[in-house]
Amino acid sequence: MKSLLALMRKEHMEAIRTGKTMIIILLFVLFGVMSPAVAKLTPWVLEMLSDSMAESGFIVTNVQVDALTSWAQFFKNIPIALIAFVLIFSDIFTKEYKSGTLLLVITKGVSRYKVILAKTVLLLSIWTVGYWLCFTVTYVYNDYLWDNSIANNLFFSATMWWVFGLWVICLITLFSSLLNNNTGVSLCIGGTVLLAYLFGIIPKAKWYSPTILMDTNALLLGVEKIDAYIKTIVVTVFLCIVCVIIGIPIINKRQF
Amino acid sequence: MNVLTIQNLFKSFGSKKVLCGLELSVREHSIFGFIGKNGAGKTTTMKAILGLTKCDSGSIHVMGEKVRFGQTNTNKCIGYLPDVPEFYSYMTATEYLTFCGNLREMDKADIIARSTELLELVGLGQEKRRIKVFSRGMKQRLGIAQALLNRPKLVICDEPTSALDPAGRKEILDILLAAKEQTTILFSTHILSDVERICTDVAFLNDGKIAMQGTIAELRNKQSSNGFIIEIEKKEAADVLAEAFNELQHVEENALVFRGNENRFFDVMQYISENRIPIQKIERLEPTLETLFLEVTK
Repeated sequence: MKSLLALMRKEHMEAIRTGKTMIIILLFVLFGVMSPAVAKLTPWVLEMLSDSMAESGFIVTNVQVDALTSWAQFFKNIPIALIAFVLIFSDIFTKEYKSGTLLLVITKGVSRYKVILAKTVLLLSIWTVGYWLCFTVTYVYNDYLWDNSIANNLFFSATMWWVFGLWVICLITLFSSLLNNNTGVSLCIGGTVLLAYLFGIIPKAKWYSPTILMDTNALLLGVEKIDAYIKTIVVTVFLCIVCVIIGIPIINKRQF
Repeated sequence: MNVLTIQNLFKSFGSKKVLCGLELSVREHSIFGFIGKNGAGKTTTMKAILGLTKCDSGSIHVMGEKVRFGQTNTNKCIGYLPDVPEFYSYMTATEYLTFCGNLREMDKADIIARSTELLELVGLGQEKRRIKVFSRGMKQRLGIAQALLNRPKLVICDEPTSALDPAGRKEILDILLAAKEQTTILFSTHILSDVERICTDVAFLNDGKIAMQGTIAELRNKQSSNGFIIEIEKKEAADVLAEAFNELQHVEENALVFRGNENRFFDVMQYISENRIPIQKIERLEPTLETLFLEVTK
């Protein structure tokens, strides 16, 4: 247990001292501010462009924005934030393979699964803090400008995206135990998300694909009910656990 | 008692056979020089001992416990120093040793005491900067400190001096020599003068197996062809002598080296005496690890 805690402390120290934590926090705060700001500025931008749009045949009249517009923007921004997160942290294992720093750790008699756990816990905790910070900033800003209560199932919708992010992070763990370079890790994650998306197109399989968790509009507008997504959340959490568990024997068989 | 025993170890990389029935034993409190040419399989052997490389067959025991690939239990009593140790550059030396101590599940008080003691021993006691500014020699010294931290029964050093200047090499060898009382050191290298300086036991690795193993004194006694250098006053006489005996070869114009058995040496002496060839010096060639190594690996 002491060695696992030491590894976790080391991972956090690394994230802080290499500036990655700061980058993630700034990025998520920026996205948190951006969603309501973009919504608030939309009428003004459209008004500015109304003349040129009128020439093209588009008539802009009295654009109304509210908290729902801002939340729609928020859920459009989160994929970009998640991609940035993956790019920043995709080398969390591979850079240690390349530099040889992991060699001195595993030759100390530390079980290799602890290395996987420590790194996964770090990623999950940074994602959780960053994501909910972003949500909180947007929520407070929205509440100041409009009324959040018009968005149906807001917290559940946000939770769906958070769970989707957890799955993507567990894919980092899985592919990092398999591959030696971060480009390969990023590409494999992209490929897996694409496969899951294609799987979700099949009507009967739809609710078993984690990518359904990205579709929050129907829930925010009250078209779908929470119950429909519970099954997907359970499946996604199960997939997260499977990714980490599969990663352990793979890293145990890795030759250094 | 043997700290390390390797039996019949085989390892191939594709079609290339690296280890072919390696047998090795390392006794407690020895400094064991593991000598071989570049690419002879020294690093592969060390990684196999640490469970980092999967071997095709054979067994390795550390303190009587079998080493299993990917399982790290035996590593609890091993300290390891790779040839180029890599550390977390954002840590200080003290932070790194504290991290290592926690990985080793040592007590907090012991970590503090041992880190302070070892950093003083390796000359980094006053160093407060982060590792990213450390020179290669400083990293090597920190590498020794982390390897010795938990008082391991066996310390494995993979060519610890190969990348260092003479001053850095001396420092590392002195530290290893000082650590001998507490532990057993397996020390791979191709720098034979380092081995002669600090090692008590030696093994030569050649063609994937141990060609020769023993204490340095034992190995010197085993050397098959002890030789002599004979310096003759005149070059012409040296030429005549070299023509008369196949065992004599020129090393300089008027100096000949004799390699052969004792009877032939007496024949040479008799020839010199009968022909009244004036000689300047006759000197026995002391066997060195280098000549032995070259003989074993030729």
